[in-house]
Amino acid sequence: MEPKAIFEAVKAKFGDAVVELQEEGFRPAFLVVSPESVREVSLFLRDDPAMKFDSLMCLSGVDYKDRFAVVYHLYSLTIGHQIGVKAYLPREAPSLPSVDGVWPAANFQEREAYDLYGIVFEGSWDLRRILLPEDWEGHPLRKDYKYPEFYHGIKV
Amino acid sequence: MKAHAEALPTQEMLINMGPQHPSTHGVLRVILRTDGEVVVNARPDMGYLHRALEKIGERVTYAQFMPFTDRLDYLASMNCNAAWAWTVEKLAGIEVPERAEYIRVIVCELNRISSHLIAFGSFTADMGAFTPFLYAIRERERVNDLFEDICGNRLTYNYVRIGGVSADLPDRFLEKTKEFLDYFEPKIPEYNNLISYNKIFVHRLANVAAISGGEAVAYGLTGPNLRGSGVSFDLRRNEPYSVYPKLDFDVCVGTGERGTVGDCFDRYMVRINEMRESVKILRQAIAQTPDGPVMAKVPRVFKPPAGEVYFRAENPRGETGIYLISDGTVNPYRLKIRAPSFVTMNIFEKVTKGLMIADIVAVIGSFDIILPEIDR
Amino acid sequence: MSHDPAQGVPAPAVGPGSLGPEAHVMVGSADQFINWCRKSSLWYLLFATACCGIELMQTGASRYDLDRFGAVFRATPRQSDLMIVAGTITHKMAERLIRLYEQMPEPKYVISMGSCANTGGPFYKDSYCVVKGVDLLIPVDVYVPGCPPRPEALIDGILKLQKIIEQKRNFAAKA
Repeated sequence: MEPKAIFEAVKAKFGDAVVELQEEGFRPAFLVVSPESVREVSLFLRDDPAMKFDSLMCLSGVDYKDRFAVVYHLYSLTIGHQIGVKAYLPREAPSLPSVDGVWPAANFQEREAYDLYGIVFEGSWDLRRILLPEDWEGHPLRKDYKYPEFYHGIKV
Repeated sequence: MKAHAEALPTQEMLINMGPQHPSTHGVLRVILRTDGEVVVNARPDMGYLHRALEKIGERVTYAQFMPFTDRLDYLASMNCNAAWAWTVEKLAGIEVPERAEYIRVIVCELNRISSHLIAFGSFTADMGAFTPFLYAIRERERVNDLFEDICGNRLTYNYVRIGGVSADLPDRFLEKTKEFLDYFEPKIPEYNNLISYNKIFVHRLANVAAISGGEAVAYGLTGPNLRGSGVSFDLRRNEPYSVYPKLDFDVCVGTGERGTVGDCFDRYMVRINEMRESVKILRQAIAQTPDGPVMAKVPRVFKPPAGEVYFRAENPRGETGIYLISDGTVNPYRLKIRAPSFVTMNIFEKVTKGLMIADIVAVIGSFDIILPEIDR
Repeated sequence: MSHDPAQGVPAPAVGPGSLGPEAHVMVGSADQFINWCRKSSLWYLLFATACCGIELMQTGASRYDLDRFGAVFRATPRQSDLMIVAGTITHKMAERLIRLYEQMPEPKYVISMGSCANTGGPFYKDSYCVVKGVDLLIPVDVYVPGCPPRPEALIDGILKLQKIIEQKRNFAAKA
């Protein structure tokens, strides 16, 4: 299905929760949705027979300087089409529902986004730091991150 | 007596299969809660090799990031280099000369063979058989010799460049590769005779950690792990890139030959068969390589247009995806690497419930994970 | 320990008091003997974090064969006297590295293999979680540069370590 058709179908079902379609310069195209509706949109995209997005290729956090975003890249093994889903979040207390009930592949990638950006995924069955030590302070991939001087007495 | 024995209380043990371990394929820590020898819960703990590659990517230029992709999955360096090059070329719309694409496919497939050799060698070494490891390294040394001819390094090559490859093939490289293929092809049945169908080996792997096709897709398994579960999906066939549409090969799928479909033995056999298919691809690519330039015209100060792109390549361990956001400057804005081993570890905790401790080693080996990819 | 001159093997050069080609006796100091034994059976701990680990494995395999120097790999620090730190050390791994080092029995040696273990390697400038050199954590005897160092370079490092061991005085003079 073409990105425009997917956008129309999702907009028909969810109305205002779907904000826009980013197509020019974006490969694959992105459906921008509101953060609260991410879980419902994901369930629709996975289960609807015309969509059948059964594989979450990649889940990433992004720090656009004025806001955060969580970006999902979806692929359908049966139909063979790709789409992206993006949800913008505010910089203070970013949080949105977790999709690890929809695609279990999301769990580790959500933990990574939490670890490196501080984005909280509500309803995740396991949200802890994954790559950095448990007692690390700060979220390093943010654009305003300051490198610490020392960690446990060793120079960083 | 029996009733008395059953009433004996037992206690769970908390065992640390620590970051330094001969069988964990790197610095992976697994926290095991076991009831005797049977595992109740195996939780992986990663991050011991987190080197902040994504943050570094935001501070260096596109060309400067190429050596860092080597260190991402060092057993498949050429594949990672090429994935980065293809991503940036997709973003900037650079047309790569055909000879360079063929050279990239040749080195990627050679690297696939050498990566699967290490997977085979270290997996059998984990299972207790040390000899296949030495055989695998013997073959791998010959591939290392070929790569040393091309670019001077044995492990982290930094050979592929954005827009092509850094230098043309040396003299007689294609003949030497053909000699290597003629030498290597009869080795695969030799490995099967040596270890693959050995009764103890099969008994240790058959029916261990069987993953069904639907589960594999939902948990994000890709590459040989997905194909071992019976799903016939190979990016080189389903979403082809580069010159793969012109090459003919079969997609190797697990068939449950000695146990259930999707068990450790299937994943292992898929890798052995993939080596055979790579030999086939290489023979065709060597025959089809045209003459011509090996590098496109890329400006020295390279500023791609602003935009976001996601590219995926079929690496020996699965699907390596790179999500690249560019804001039009010389440094990438955001660089996310979707590492196949990282997503594969999602299923680890689920699949290891109820196995024995020795089976944990088999599962880690059959997933063929590599830690720098997981930790980036 | 016999060296039969009839088979063309020369008499050992060790020791100031070697008695010529017909003799089957070696004379030397206790230091020489102990150091000879120690340097010829350096058992190394399999401590491979990253890419250098593969070169370490390939050095131990058939073509470059570390076994001919008496060096076999051990999986546990309790049975090894050499730790070849091959690969990047991150802050999360640093405590474990120190603990492994402390678990090795004396005399123990450390070879820092590769750029990452020497100084932090390519991650020196921008990485927030890489220890910039393993000598910030444990004392290092030999540094082997390279990214990754060739097996010949690692063998050169081991031979240099053997020279260091040869010169060690085990029985310190009483003050």
